[in-house]
Amino acid sequence: MPLMSFYILKRLAIGLATLLVASIVVFTVLEILPGDPARLMLGLGASEDAVAALRDQMGLNQPLIMRYLSWAGHLLMGDFGRSYTYAVPVKELIAERIAVSFPLASMALLLSTAIAIPVGLFAAARRGRTADLGIMSVTQLGLAIPNFWFALLLVYVFAVSLRLLPAGGFPGWSAGIGPALKALLLPAIALALPQAAILSRVTRSALIETLSEDYIRTARAKGLSRAAVLFHHALRNAMIPVLTILGLQFSFLLAGTIIIENVFYLPGLGRLIFQAITQRDLIVVESVIMVLVAAIILINLIVDLAYALVDPRLDGPR
Amino acid sequence: MIFRTLGTSARKYALFALTALLLSAMNAFAARSDLTLAMVLEPPHLDPTAGAAAAIDEIVYANIFEGLTRIGPDGAVKPALAASWEVSADEKTYVFHLQQGVRFHDGAAFDADDVKFSLDRARAPESTNAQKGLFTAIDEVEVMDPSTVRVSLKYPSGDFLYNMGWGDAVIVGRTSAAGNKEKPIGTGPFKFQNWAKGSQIVLAGNPDYWGEKPALDRATFRFIPDPAAATAALLAGDVQAFPSFPAPEAVPQFQADPRFEVVIGTTEGETILAENNARPPFDNPKVREAIAHAIDRKAVIDGAMFGFGTPIGSFFPPHHPAYVDLTGERKYDPELARKLLTEAGYPKGFRTTLKLPPPTYARRGGEIVAAQLRAVGIEADIIPVEWAQWLDQVFKGKDYDLTIVAHTEPNDLNIFARDDYYFNYRNPAFKALIAQIEATSDDAKRKALYQRAQGILSDDAPVAFLLQFPKLGIWDAKLQGLWKNYPIQANDLTAVKWTD
Repeated sequence: MPLMSFYILKRLAIGLATLLVASIVVFTVLEILPGDPARLMLGLGASEDAVAALRDQMGLNQPLIMRYLSWAGHLLMGDFGRSYTYAVPVKELIAERIAVSFPLASMALLLSTAIAIPVGLFAAARRGRTADLGIMSVTQLGLAIPNFWFALLLVYVFAVSLRLLPAGGFPGWSAGIGPALKALLLPAIALALPQAAILSRVTRSALIETLSEDYIRTARAKGLSRAAVLFHHALRNAMIPVLTILGLQFSFLLAGTIIIENVFYLPGLGRLIFQAITQRDLIVVESVIMVLVAAIILINLIVDLAYALVDPRLDGPR
Repeated sequence: MIFRTLGTSARKYALFALTALLLSAMNAFAARSDLTLAMVLEPPHLDPTAGAAAAIDEIVYANIFEGLTRIGPDGAVKPALAASWEVSADEKTYVFHLQQGVRFHDGAAFDADDVKFSLDRARAPESTNAQKGLFTAIDEVEVMDPSTVRVSLKYPSGDFLYNMGWGDAVIVGRTSAAGNKEKPIGTGPFKFQNWAKGSQIVLAGNPDYWGEKPALDRATFRFIPDPAAATAALLAGDVQAFPSFPAPEAVPQFQADPRFEVVIGTTEGETILAENNARPPFDNPKVREAIAHAIDRKAVIDGAMFGFGTPIGSFFPPHHPAYVDLTGERKYDPELARKLLTEAGYPKGFRTTLKLPPPTYARRGGEIVAAQLRAVGIEADIIPVEWAQWLDQVFKGKDYDLTIVAHTEPNDLNIFARDDYYFNYRNPAFKALIAQIEATSDDAKRKALYQRAQGILSDDAPVAFLLQFPKLGIWDAKLQGLWKNYPIQANDLTAVKWTD
């Protein structure tokens, strides 16, 4: 067990260092970005003194390093600051968006795993036969179809024609679990399908690789059934690449879903960042990116821990 | 005979079905008093006196906040919180008689002190009002009694009553003004209810409204930036109105659908190809004239706007009573353009740049304009920029050759009289004319002056005038009372109702 905690400690330290570097990079890049947030807020007709007054109010006239230290210091104490444009605490904004993005990403991941693992298993078991070839060409299609196009197709079928589900928008969790989940269903399907295509291919190839290992032949030789070998020996050993892909996919689903969020006009994290960048709401962009960096580090940590569970040999200093 | 019988029974059946349909529709909608509208952009906050975003006014104007005066659907000035007013003979003193019994949404009584507070706040040195220019004529605001205010001007201003009708000049409460960005408190017929950021804003009817109560008691504004999503949301019935629909390419689909009403109106958005008059070769009037003649406005409208929009020959909206159509003065004539370029000393044309901000009209329009310029020998390299960059480089830094942008503020002819504006256009005669317009209040005289000003701009061609931006309104055919045109940035819901 002490070895296990060493492994975690090492991962944690790397995570913290990544956060620090990310904070410096994010802050610098955004500050270099041309564009004056105050001018952007007041528009074409504003007089110079009104813009100057607003710059002063927003604290944009202080030196860069002071602003970084003040921002990073507040961040450490859990204070994300106040949005320039919305004039509300950034923490509230992020919390509202995570309440959409996190359930959406989880739904999409569950859906894609539920589809991909059985499909991958089936294809690997039928390797080289018609069923395998059929499945692989369907997944090829799943990879090739752009997800926003697929999303629009879903909207036209289920919202415009059948009127079973809303075309978009999010009523909020206060409207009840039912309506909220209903609003997330189409976007989750649109997100899940391409992911499922990738995941099932990875599952299949990882399984095929393990199935050719010596210990599989040994297991079969000692009389175990094909199914038992597949589930107990091969699947567990094929899990490492599958877990890696799952971790990457969840990170992507948390923040990389802006296109789907746009098609369904969902108030998720992706749209918050996009909107904040175009409006030069720097403090929101900086804070959201830091939250995402932290989330991704956390996801990677969980994946690393899961590796150790699947493969106890990893548990130790290497 | 058999055909005839069939015809009658079919007709009878149709009539029956129609009646049944009508009855069920009446049952469903007779008491309908809620509306979900969609807008492309979400406002950054909801205080119209502290930001330029049109989206703020498109939610709060006339619904939540009211000014001394208001602008009606036809662009005319009407009384609002000021029930009436008197103007002194020298046109420098306005006495406003305020509405009685008005309360703010938080219960605070509205009186003359709120008017003084609002106007003084907007013109104070530390004010962040985006339209401070509206208040520059004001010398002093005095409270005569709780329902009377006297405003003294530094000089006569023909636009004063109009200016007081802008969203930036609304009256805010002394005690609630500071919180208006998050929770706007006004005197209007709708109260702010809640704001799910990134998603929607809900307004509820104000039962204590001082004026005529609107038919709606609940209005939801949804934000849908994606054109394909906007189309789907209307088709699915998730939203019942899109007063400024973002996808001209999808309009014919709605025009063919009897469930929807499509209303094409105009806005205050003069869309222009701006030229940097301080930079060679655009400092040469012949070059600017050549560009004006090189552009085929119809092709720009067809290509960039799918045929929606009105060609303009000067910087004035076609719906204004003082508008003159000057598009014939600078006709599309590539031959003449090449001749003018030769006279200007550029027989082989020249190379320049065209900076384009993100909106579709600019990006699509820019490619067409560049092609038209190429046809007369001007090679314009397209440089796409973001809004923030555009504001920084083009608008503030005046670092550009050519750019395309829509100027959406009403009554903004005077930008050509500003010395440090990004056009770098200077004409003392035009400046004097604008000053004269501002000091004139007689309608007939103003009209004549406005027309002269339009003529000067057409002659000088400081920029190339392309089109007046259209307002593409699409809503449920059973909905009435939304504005056709956009004389001011607003989605006034006070007259909106459902019919059967």
